[in-house]
Amino acid sequence: MKNRVIIIGAGGAGLVAALNAHENGAEVTIITKEYPTRSQTCMAQGGINAVLSDKEGDSVEVHVQNTLKSANGLADERAVRHMCQEAPKAVTWLDSIGVPFSRTAESGIAQRKLGGAYAPRACYAQDYTGLKILHTLYDRVLGAKIEILNERHLLEFITELDESGKKYVCGVSLLNKRSGEIEIHDASSVVVATGGYSRVYHNYSTNSVSSSGDGVAAALRAGARVSDMEFVQFHPTALKESSILISESARGAGGHLLNSKGERFVDELLPRDEVSKAIHDEIAKGEEIYLDIRHLGAEFIQRELPQEAKLAKLYENIDPAVDLIPIKPAAHYTMGGIEVDENSSTCVKGLFAVGECANHKVHGANRLGGNSLLELVVFGRQAGVSAAKYADSFKKHTDISGHKSIFEKEIDEIKRYTNKINFYKEHERLGELFYKNVGIKRQKDSMLRVLEMLREMKSTLPQMGVSDKTKEYNTNLTEFLEFKNMLQIGELILLSAINRDESRGAHFRIDAPAVDEKYRAHTIISIDGEISYEN
Amino acid sequence: MKINIKRDSVVEYEVQMQDKTLLEVLNEIKSNQDPSLAYSSGCRSSVCGSCAVRVNGREVLSCSYHVKDGDLVEPLNNTPILRDLVVDMDKAYSFNTKAKAWQSLPVDNVSLSIDNQKINELQSDCILCGSCYSVCPVYAVNSEFLGPFSLTRVWRYVSDKREANPKEKIDAIQANGVWDCTLCNECTLVCPQEISSKADIEKLRAKSSVFGYMDPSFSSFGSSFGDGSPIF
Repeated sequence: MKNRVIIIGAGGAGLVAALNAHENGAEVTIITKEYPTRSQTCMAQGGINAVLSDKEGDSVEVHVQNTLKSANGLADERAVRHMCQEAPKAVTWLDSIGVPFSRTAESGIAQRKLGGAYAPRACYAQDYTGLKILHTLYDRVLGAKIEILNERHLLEFITELDESGKKYVCGVSLLNKRSGEIEIHDASSVVVATGGYSRVYHNYSTNSVSSSGDGVAAALRAGARVSDMEFVQFHPTALKESSILISESARGAGGHLLNSKGERFVDELLPRDEVSKAIHDEIAKGEEIYLDIRHLGAEFIQRELPQEAKLAKLYENIDPAVDLIPIKPAAHYTMGGIEVDENSSTCVKGLFAVGECANHKVHGANRLGGNSLLELVVFGRQAGVSAAKYADSFKKHTDISGHKSIFEKEIDEIKRYTNKINFYKEHERLGELFYKNVGIKRQKDSMLRVLEMLREMKSTLPQMGVSDKTKEYNTNLTEFLEFKNMLQIGELILLSAINRDESRGAHFRIDAPAVDEKYRAHTIISIDGEISYEN
Repeated sequence: MKINIKRDSVVEYEVQMQDKTLLEVLNEIKSNQDPSLAYSSGCRSSVCGSCAVRVNGREVLSCSYHVKDGDLVEPLNNTPILRDLVVDMDKAYSFNTKAKAWQSLPVDNVSLSIDNQKINELQSDCILCGSCYSVCPVYAVNSEFLGPFSLTRVWRYVSDKREANPKEKIDAIQANGVWDCTLCNECTLVCPQEISSKADIEKLRAKSSVFGYMDPSFSSFGSSFGDGSPIF
């Protein structure tokens, strides 16, 4: 099929890419392992950054500087500048297609200040910014009559070599969750928009259970490069038992962090990485940590923080107007991902990437709140346009239908695994190991031990597998495939973190606590674990 | 604690858990007792709309319902079951397309007041969980009824100042749409986001009247006997 762009992933990044590829003449198919509106994007609460006025001295330049500062020297200034310059246009576009942003008395878009920003520039829609952007994009996609294939699990990107020996993508293989059949889809170009990989940390993550990094792992296997995998942002206040996010707004409104003795131990309004580190140190001393918003009063909590009150009641069975909220930091956002150039292209021809799965080098070592929704609109557009242009000039036609039997054999092979070891338990163990050793504070020795354990775990995969051999809607199988991806990604996180002998942003090494200018470079890691640094 | 889950037949599971959400209990069963159990989940915090099921006959989100001993968990009603608690949402979602639930055209120079925005703030909180289709008695007997969340979505766009062609949307919701609803209010009672599709449908009826439509059961009342009796 000529001119066919396949988008894998239907969160904000995927949908923006789809709309733009469609507008640029491509025949677009969106493929998701769930349904579009169930994507991780719906969980974004805070807002989307854009300088819409010079209020409080704000400017595009200040947005650029705030982003670079937060990135700790690891962002690409050109990419950051492009993103911040495009931001007002991105928000204006969202406003033009019907996103119900909260408004000001002057009939403009309401903005609030988030951590690390010098001015209120995060445009929001109550606490549902991501949800409302995602749903509006979805409606737009329906209006454009773009094809959506739901409940297909990505297996691999299919590649061939061109005359000069360079790899190009020519399709994807999928597992149709409903039928259990392998599907092979031809494509002129493919956009990966599959989200981050925070679920490597299992229950120590605020993310949706779907954030298993499938696209990052598959892109790597297809020959794409990945970078900066060691940079994982931890949010300071997730509920202790469930890792459900308690929004920064609770601290913004005057909430305190207390240890078991009832003492405050950190300025609650410092950037996320610093607050998380302080909490980590207290926990290491054996303290329990609590968020205290009792002094704000029941009425205020009900009016201003109703979501937080509801979640605390539901998951910790406490009333935050009278009780302390037990919290811990949890993995929240992965800065690293698939390496892309200034056109959102990977090094595999025709394979593009965007959103949390990609590394556009705008977040560096620590993402600024409000920049992830922005990134997906600005670079989603770029990825969509690039993929459509490439597809338009794509001339190869290879029959890839023969791949079906290869993947069928692979799935059959997995079903023959002995299932003596419960992989759910292994994932739980992996999450625990990562949280304790590859989390907020890290140390080479202990990470080397975890690496050994992870490799051991990998080698026992054939003793894991699935007990459910059913063909139709086998979530035991799809969850095992996700676990395999997370093991692959986990190894890259570890190797990258072990190799970076310094501390920078979200990567803090107890045994190398200072910034080392030698490492002011992006970690590039190959599928074999070879590391190089590039700028 | 015992919990009953409707699969091909009802299966009883025993878990050593107290004060946990249904989703946590389902995860425990899947990880440690029966990996073949199928259910959907995502965000765990009630915004992704993945995990709606029925407990003791009532629609709930698994991630926000606390399990009690002896609960009976079943998949949503009025929707094809794919496996165990997983239902096929394609048909329900297709009504958003049929009802043209999107803004017709992008607009330049948007200027919306706080009041303009508040008018559909609640409606745009919808997470498409499908609870409203499960409980809807009209959808149960008329599988072409556009249904609660689609109509709420139409109201969202029709009520928005940015919509240049509300008539096109109103036209799309006349057949199997606003007039078919019985206003029973069941959808409102089960909505986890506290949206009232029933109220939105009433507003859409009023809007339909503005465009010259009327309740077809009214307009045909006089002649509906079809026996040539005089119209009074």
